[in-house]
Amino acid sequence: MMKRLSLSNFFVNLIFIVYSVICIIPLLILLSVSFTNEQSVFQNGYSLIPRDFSLDAYKYILMGNSPIIRAYGITIFVTLVGTLFHLVISSMFAYSLSRPEVKYRNIVSFLVIFCLLFSGGLVPWYILLSKVLHLKDTIFVLIVPYLVSSVNVMIMRNFFRTIPESIIESARIDGSGEFNTFLKLVIPLSTPVLATVGLFVAVFYWNDWFTAALLIENSKLYTLQFLLQSIMNNIAFLQGNSLTVKAAAMQPDETARMATCVLAVGPIVITYPFLQKYFVKGLTLGAVKA
Amino acid sequence: METVTIKPKTKKVRRRVPFFSEIIKNKTFYAMMLPGLLFIIVIYYLPMMGVVIAFQQYNPFKGILGSPWIGFKNFEFLFKSDALFQITFNTIFYNVIFLILGIGLALVFAILIDSNGNRFLSGAYKSILLLPYLLSWVVAEYLLFSFLSVDRGILNQMLHFFGIEPVSWYSEPIYWRFILPAAYVWKNVGYFAVIFAAGISGISTEYYEAAKMDGANRFQQAIKITIPMLMPITIILILLQVGKIFYAAFGDWGMFYNLPKDSGILFSATNVIDTYVYRSLKVMGDFGMSSAVGLYQSVVGFVLVLISNFFIRRYDKDSALF
Repeated sequence: MMKRLSLSNFFVNLIFIVYSVICIIPLLILLSVSFTNEQSVFQNGYSLIPRDFSLDAYKYILMGNSPIIRAYGITIFVTLVGTLFHLVISSMFAYSLSRPEVKYRNIVSFLVIFCLLFSGGLVPWYILLSKVLHLKDTIFVLIVPYLVSSVNVMIMRNFFRTIPESIIESARIDGSGEFNTFLKLVIPLSTPVLATVGLFVAVFYWNDWFTAALLIENSKLYTLQFLLQSIMNNIAFLQGNSLTVKAAAMQPDETARMATCVLAVGPIVITYPFLQKYFVKGLTLGAVKA
Repeated sequence: METVTIKPKTKKVRRRVPFFSEIIKNKTFYAMMLPGLLFIIVIYYLPMMGVVIAFQQYNPFKGILGSPWIGFKNFEFLFKSDALFQITFNTIFYNVIFLILGIGLALVFAILIDSNGNRFLSGAYKSILLLPYLLSWVVAEYLLFSFLSVDRGILNQMLHFFGIEPVSWYSEPIYWRFILPAAYVWKNVGYFAVIFAAGISGISTEYYEAAKMDGANRFQQAIKITIPMLMPITIILILLQVGKIFYAAFGDWGMFYNLPKDSGILFSATNVIDTYVYRSLKVMGDFGMSSAVGLYQSVVGFVLVLISNFFIRRYDKDSALF
């Protein structure tokens, strides 16, 4: 019995090790290509281990007034500001919906959930942002459309509901105003949910290519993901405007592309080992949501 | 006793101006609600009224109020073209496969992770499986390209090693019917698996102990206890995914656009409703057409969610969304 169990355990572990390798190997190939000499990639193709180590690609994309630095700045700004405002607005919204004494909470909650079921579609949304709110080609268009998400409001609301009523009641008796109670008591008690929701929101902002693709034309406002998407088809985006003049033979195109991609995933992959438990926990919160 | 005496008083106040007295009574809460509420009204509900564009010959300079009404012309055009069938078919085809593969595999993974017994390893597997979920489809495009590139890709190098002719993956639509589901599973299975694993850890061990006493093996335990106990979570996940399929433009359709590198040759296998709407807006600037498709998508999606919710309600009232 014991032997059979350990044998099946061995197979279970084998399956997961193989699958884990499948999850990670594409990233390793990407990394390897970015550190390979362009000539070598040209002749031998991509490989898991650099055949001919070289830093040319990174020198090339980080040299001078490369658009990547700018795109990094834009993306970091959008991610930080967007996540902060998302958390502030959503948590206040969710808290007011979690309080039993608020009479209209159910009507408003329905309004929030209904957004999950029906949407006006892409075109009215596009017209709203560009023609009505005049946000097209501004940095705000990358932030504003995603400040509240129905799912996150519901996750937070359900978490706030689990805070014991006695704590809030005792603060009230101590003369604390409702907003003060929220700020000084509820928020500190809710750091787990705020951290996980915040992480997912940050990843969303970091990965968003779609908003920039649709609503940004000014190349100074390109986000990292949109720049990445653009250079897949046309490497010239990497060099800003003046570079079509440059001699094509000297440019490490293929490896520069991969190096840009490495820079785009870098922050996520590097911080992931430290943050993974919050991500895993966050999904658990979402699951309890129902 | 006290509440009884107070009740008539509040009723009187409510009868006069119930709305305002409620707002004033809880003004802090309503003030906290205001930014979020305003936001969803502007960003979600205003565009819902914008669906009228589908019945207009929309002119960006004249706006919604000034553009001429043309009734169902946009839809007539749409229903006559072959595109509608193709994009509807592809959308449903892929999403059905995604749901079955994604949720099925995730269930298997979650059960296996749980049966592993070693908590450290289980945690590590969960974290690694979830990693691809955090990458964007643009990054996934690069990762896929390093495998499928015709002259440099890993896959063709491997084929070459075995003496097989290189395949040009980016010009044959049929391959993408397999590549896209594989990519979907790669990116999303960890997400579902982690959710299911959380569900499993919430199942009381008493069930398993009782089953063991009756001589049930691990497979039987999984089929008879774990999967039925996970049904509510599974239903919610399916409902949310069904909603997303037709949830115009804001679902997860980046894969259909990015992975095939927006390649026209592959459209027969990669064009879905969202990519069609996006392209007709961005490339052709055809507002009427793309909003007609968008409305078609929203309405079909809404009806689909209502139908699946109806069936789930009959099966298990607590699992339904509403």
